[in-house]
Amino acid sequence: MPQYLALTYTADVDWWAPEQADELAEYRKFAVDHADTIKASAVLHPTSTATVVRVEGARGGEVVTTDGPYAETKEALTGYYLIEADDLEAAVRIAADLPAARAGAVEVRPVILAK
Amino acid sequence: MNPHPAHDTVAETVRIEGARILATLIRTVGDVQLAEDAVQEASLAALGAWPVTGVPPQPRAWLTVTARRKAVDILRRERARPDKERDGLMMIELNGSDLPPDEVVHDDLLRLIFTCCHPALSPPTRIALALRTLCGLTPAQIGGVLLATEAATAKRLTRARQKIAAAHIPYRVPAEDELAGRLPAVCGVIHSLYTAGHAPVDGQAAYDVDACAEAIRLAELLHGLLPEQTMPTSVLALLLLTDARRSSRVDDQGEVVTLDRQDRTQWDAAAITRGIALLNESLLLTHGQADAYQLQAAIAAEHARAPSYAETDWTEILRLYDLLVSIAPSDAAALGRVVAAAESAGPATGLALLDDLPPSPRWHAVRAELLARENRYAEAAQELTEALAGPSTRPEQQHRERRRARFLHLATAPDKSDC
Repeated sequence: MPQYLALTYTADVDWWAPEQADELAEYRKFAVDHADTIKASAVLHPTSTATVVRVEGARGGEVVTTDGPYAETKEALTGYYLIEADDLEAAVRIAADLPAARAGAVEVRPVILAK
Repeated sequence: MNPHPAHDTVAETVRIEGARILATLIRTVGDVQLAEDAVQEASLAALGAWPVTGVPPQPRAWLTVTARRKAVDILRRERARPDKERDGLMMIELNGSDLPPDEVVHDDLLRLIFTCCHPALSPPTRIALALRTLCGLTPAQIGGVLLATEAATAKRLTRARQKIAAAHIPYRVPAEDELAGRLPAVCGVIHSLYTAGHAPVDGQAAYDVDACAEAIRLAELLHGLLPEQTMPTSVLALLLLTDARRSSRVDDQGEVVTLDRQDRTQWDAAAITRGIALLNESLLLTHGQADAYQLQAAIAAEHARAPSYAETDWTEILRLYDLLVSIAPSDAAALGRVVAAAESAGPATGLALLDDLPPSPRWHAVRAELLARENRYAEAAQELTEALAGPSTRPEQQHRERRRARFLHLATAPDKSDC
């Protein structure tokens, strides 16, 4: 069955902050409601904890790290859900249940599966 | 001018019938690209054979059988295909030369329409796919309609096919309860396509494809497939009512003829009658609760019904524009409303309403005509200068230049007040 990665883009929140508790509970409810289709999932620490890694030049070159997310945008990547669905329409129906679909946006990307 | 294949009857038959059999072949082989390649090869075979042998009595059957054989050939050439397509090969061989029954073709065409016009694809991509698969046009011809290059259009089509395959956009007719939600995307494609043919923003009518005729063909197809649905009925009504006046909008010299000067006997009476009947039918289905297509069709019907420009029911047209602006606001609708208000309540009312709208070439052109009605010719000429600074079609540009010359003349010779 096709798999999709649903990436949640929302305000750059700290999920551990007490004021996020209610919203985090909504994400937990989503995970419970769709437990049979979710293959893996995580919510992420805020982008202030992100590190961008690049290797300069060829393989074995100098590892260069920079502080912060890869792209500065208004909405940040805050979590992901690997879901299984019959087709795009089924995947979109599941993604639409994510709180992020209301508070921000969800990007649904088909996963390349090994044959 | 070189004779173009699109004007050639054999080529036209091949194109239309080829597009019709594609839908079934896609389902049979389970692969859009393979089906398109097979139909393409069958079409080339037909274009080679038919001018010599004559068009066979059942061109669709000929193309169906040939396209299936070509699909099998392509699959044999590319043996290392995944399982799904090998199943397709078996199905083709099992199906033999029987033609699919009408109801199967009916569902296949709907599947293809709803896949090409899927909301997960961008609006221009939907139009490109519809023109490619449902109308059988080439990337060069589609590029002409979308004002894009052939290479960019080919890339857009390739990306779209990749997305359909990779993201598993289903090849399926939406369930009854989903239909209403999915039809606006399909009708939007048809309407945009017609608009692209009717009023290209820039340049001359440079391409050889009649986008209006293709849009009407698709509207007829969709209405024929889903006769009980309101929106396809009202889109078809709108296109027919608009198209009935198309040939009168430009004269033999390619110059714009405005509505007040059009020869109404040249309007296509059969298209008007049918458009009005379809509009009424769709209004019955929605119990008088009109959508944007129905309102635009109703406005077109009012113009079509009026025996002369002077006898136009501007009060009714203004009422319809009020409704249209409230449910589907757009600059075009707002300008149409200004014209209707000016015709029913005088140019001063129109000028006052214009102040609230964003300027555009058409805005300046409307303002020019309203100023001229108040004998303010110098200002009218200035508005046309500003309209001419923006994009317009060649006939529009010539029309605006003529009007500006006329107003400049009247501004210096005020006793000739007839414009």
